[in-house]
Amino acid sequence: MNYLLRHLQVFFYTLGQLVRTPFASLMTISVIGITLALPATLYLLVDNIQRVTAGWDGEAQISLFLKKNVAASGARFLQQRLQRMPEVKHVEWIPPEKGLAELRKVSGFSGALKVLDENPLPGVLVVVPKKSYATPDGLKPLLQRLGKFSEVDLAKIDLEWVQRLQAMLQIVRRGVLVLAGLLALAVVLIIGNTIRLAILNRRDEIEITKLIGATNAFVRRPFLYSGFLQGLLGAVMAWLLVTGILVLLDGPIQELTSLYGSRFRVQGLNLATSGLLLLGGGVLGWLGSRLSVGRHLRNIEPQ
Amino acid sequence: MIQFDTVFKRYPGGYDALKNISFHVADEEMVFLTGHSGAGKSTLLKLLTLIERPTRGQLIVNNKNLIRLPGWRVPYLRREIGVVFQDHRLLNDRTVFDNVALPLVVTGLHRRDIGRRVRAALDKVGLLSKENLMPIVLSGGEQQRVGIARAVVNKPNLLLADEPTGNLDEALSDEIIDLFHEFNQHGVTVLVATHDLRHIQRLRKRVLQLQNGELIFDSGVRS
Repeated sequence: MNYLLRHLQVFFYTLGQLVRTPFASLMTISVIGITLALPATLYLLVDNIQRVTAGWDGEAQISLFLKKNVAASGARFLQQRLQRMPEVKHVEWIPPEKGLAELRKVSGFSGALKVLDENPLPGVLVVVPKKSYATPDGLKPLLQRLGKFSEVDLAKIDLEWVQRLQAMLQIVRRGVLVLAGLLALAVVLIIGNTIRLAILNRRDEIEITKLIGATNAFVRRPFLYSGFLQGLLGAVMAWLLVTGILVLLDGPIQELTSLYGSRFRVQGLNLATSGLLLLGGGVLGWLGSRLSVGRHLRNIEPQ
Repeated sequence: MIQFDTVFKRYPGGYDALKNISFHVADEEMVFLTGHSGAGKSTLLKLLTLIERPTRGQLIVNNKNLIRLPGWRVPYLRREIGVVFQDHRLLNDRTVFDNVALPLVVTGLHRRDIGRRVRAALDKVGLLSKENLMPIVLSGGEQQRVGIARAVVNKPNLLLADEPTGNLDEALSDEIIDLFHEFNQHGVTVLVATHDLRHIQRLRKRVLQLQNGELIFDSGVRS
């Protein structure tokens, strides 16, 4: 109980010291805040893009472009065969004429298309796989099997670009992870240096307290709290920065997504990620302080 | 209380600060340690609080063998010894009260008891009315008395002082030495390093004289 009380005393004493030098404290906390805000923002960016595209992933469909010599009856027959496959949810038959009509409607090439003597488009069977097979791993063998039918000229996943984007996001995600690691190291070094200066500043005080019987733990404690607090407050600053950035971006992003007819909303830091950010800041601060204290306090002995 | 037995101290670089020192200070004794500057007075005091470790010999303080005392036990040894420095060594960004309270804070004493004991110590040195001042606004003699209050607030049974009157005029020095004498009469063992022979003649206490790191004179206990 007494032990806990002493820790509380040191905690508030350290907080008081940070408040007593507001400018220096704010500088350090801001540097840490910006350093932590960078990976947090990138993380949110990747996370949100992934959420946007995750919705499309499930609707992956395979287009089977049929050979020109396959008649409509043959296509219908194939449609029924495919329909019976366990992986397939349903199959839609788009005859060449319908494809041409659709193309006229959307492309604005209607004038140019009129010039053509005959319909250049093949018949298409659009295969929508069942949800459980609509994963990159599940789609690939299905695509291969469908491509082997003799009537099929070319089998193609329409949403390949989504997968490419996902793959790119995977790279970006790893990049963010590496960056976050580097910046975490930066936070440790920043705090380590701040604590080093604090130790050197209070060299006399440390010597005197050691002279009158302070243990190393006693001398160490306020510096560890100081590092922890600065890391924690830096993380709070990072949280505010990220939230501020999102507030600034929310309007334009909604405008953009509404143009695409989507009701997508940017998701900010939730409870878990906020907690992780704050905890991370505190732990990094403590760690930086611990390293610095371990190195520099040992050298300060009373003369 | 203090037992030196053929103690040598050689600093890195080969300088022999203390050579073959042997003496014994009994409980509740008051001893003056004298000698020119550089004779080894400060080094001897540093050995007693393990600021420096002896190179050779046996050293026992307060029934503890300092030769075998591990590093982590040193803070606890220092809590049993009150030390007064020539340059006071006060923390100038804290009040007189906080300075005197420091040894108690270090031991983790409860807040209530700290206030009571700090005021008792300040009362003994006659500075009770100045507890809320910063040390920097006090005179040299007053600052030294704050240092003494800090040294005795833990109620140590051994009090060491390194040139406690070094920067003070005669009247103030006498006051300071009288304070030590008073603590001695209340049962505290006192060891004062000084080159001021006036006090030695005035109080007629035991004298140890160092020269070039050697103990050249021990007056023995005088009544």
